[in-house]
Amino acid sequence: MESKKPCTGPDEDLDVKDSSRRNFLKQSTLLTAVALTPGTAMKAAAGHVDEQIAAAFEKMPLKMQVNGRQQNLSVEPRSTLLDILREQLDLTGTKKGCDHGQCGACTVHVDGHRINSCLTLGIMMNGKKITTIEGLANGDKLHPMQEAFIKHDGFQCGYCTPGQIMSAVACIREGHANSEHEIREYMSGNICRCGAYPNIVNAIQEVKDGGMAV
Amino acid sequence: MKQFQYVKPATQQAVLDAVGKPGSKIIAGGTNLVDLMKRGVMAPDKLVDINQLPLKNIGITKNGLHIGALALNSVVSENNLVAQNQPLLAMALKSGASPQLRNMATVGGNMMQRTRCGYFYDTTMPCNKRVPGTGCGAMEGINRMHAIFGASPQCIAVHPSDMCIALAVLDAIVIIAGKKGERRLPFTEFHRLPGDHPELDNRLAKDELIVGVEIPDNNFAKSSYYLKIRDRQSYAFALVSVAAALEIDNGLIKNARLAMGGVAHKPWRLFDAEKSLVGKPATEENFAHAAQLAMQGAISHGGNSFKLKLAPATITEALKHAAGLV
Repeated sequence: MESKKPCTGPDEDLDVKDSSRRNFLKQSTLLTAVALTPGTAMKAAAGHVDEQIAAAFEKMPLKMQVNGRQQNLSVEPRSTLLDILREQLDLTGTKKGCDHGQCGACTVHVDGHRINSCLTLGIMMNGKKITTIEGLANGDKLHPMQEAFIKHDGFQCGYCTPGQIMSAVACIREGHANSEHEIREYMSGNICRCGAYPNIVNAIQEVKDGGMAV
Repeated sequence: MKQFQYVKPATQQAVLDAVGKPGSKIIAGGTNLVDLMKRGVMAPDKLVDINQLPLKNIGITKNGLHIGALALNSVVSENNLVAQNQPLLAMALKSGASPQLRNMATVGGNMMQRTRCGYFYDTTMPCNKRVPGTGCGAMEGINRMHAIFGASPQCIAVHPSDMCIALAVLDAIVIIAGKKGERRLPFTEFHRLPGDHPELDNRLAKDELIVGVEIPDNNFAKSSYYLKIRDRQSYAFALVSVAAALEIDNGLIKNARLAMGGVAHKPWRLFDAEKSLVGKPATEENFAHAAQLAMQGAISHGGNSFKLKLAPATITEALKHAAGLV
């Protein structure tokens, strides 16, 4: 797979440590694709290059803005926004949790509104503006919600955190962070299996009460 | 996910032309369809994206409140006209799914989400709805979430929508476009009971398109309530839900509407219970009596027998909230 580097960010550092694991996953995916696809795809697979497998299927052009940067892509209609962000744009901050819209780990903003990227077909995002966790900070300066999550220990393992933070920012923007009860209701689409909920609520309340622009 | 072709027609006519073909399926928000396609439960050859159609409008017409089929669940739930005229609808919508999903899901798509259960999702299990004739895994299986009304030996799945329960109570009309023009269908007739064809959830023909819903004016805004009982406080399907709408004049009930969710293959209107309330004082005793009437004909299947007690209690409680007794 072609490795594009559209954004610089914390993830670039992680790439070094994670490269062996990620390559393994990509290779496993390739093997699965070979096992499942007949005919033309098998011929493409003979070259042992996964781009060729993908090219054996019909691709469509997709233009969207991701974190302020225009992206002109070629995607299969069945690719989800989540997979395109992670696999084609290397924006691996957005996490794949359940992959079925039940956990919220994949939450991103589309034209300013939070959605589950795992249930969104990328091809339907033509002309849209996407913001992921990588696009939230202002250069090296973290977004107030990112600062608050660190200060209040709003995570343990951290896997749900990008989705939690994207949802938390939207929660305040929507005007649904006026009480602990309301925050809990409007954050219910983001599951934290470590159970960091009280600290997440505290982080959101601090940002809300601080009146900072989110 | 199986490969499919993707088209995004610019006009309603082009959508109608495209959806009539075998293997075609409309996509709007995709929250249910994409999920089912990922699991291999549904596998259309072609997706027809209707998001280019101008069907997002929410407005007052001579017939009442009109809501376009592509209006988002989140937008409808926060809309001022809806809050003023049909607060029950906003309340039901806000209790459904998660904020992220409500930002994707449309009114038409909410209606078209599949009536379903775990066996429908699990492609290794029998399911008459997924593959007609294979049997019903739930009937003798895990059926805690399942129907107590209107089921057939073929299927005991329930329709999970909250929005649809409110629209059934509010006597909404579904506006449907087809090649021969528009037709109007009472909301309570839109969804089907399973009978011998559980693979069919509703009465929309393959070559038709929902363009909107209309809610006729009513006097329920002051005394209506949506009560949803679920395993966790938020973001879960209803075990039982009740939409209650009353028109109360000097303590007497002039008009009543009731429907239950989580108990049937379609939004389940409680016509006998409604009739029993008209002309009576709005008291807990009368509400409990109506709830008992509503339960006539209920049948449980083992795992869901708790619903036989939970449902009438929820009806009574929802009516108390609607009448301001709580």
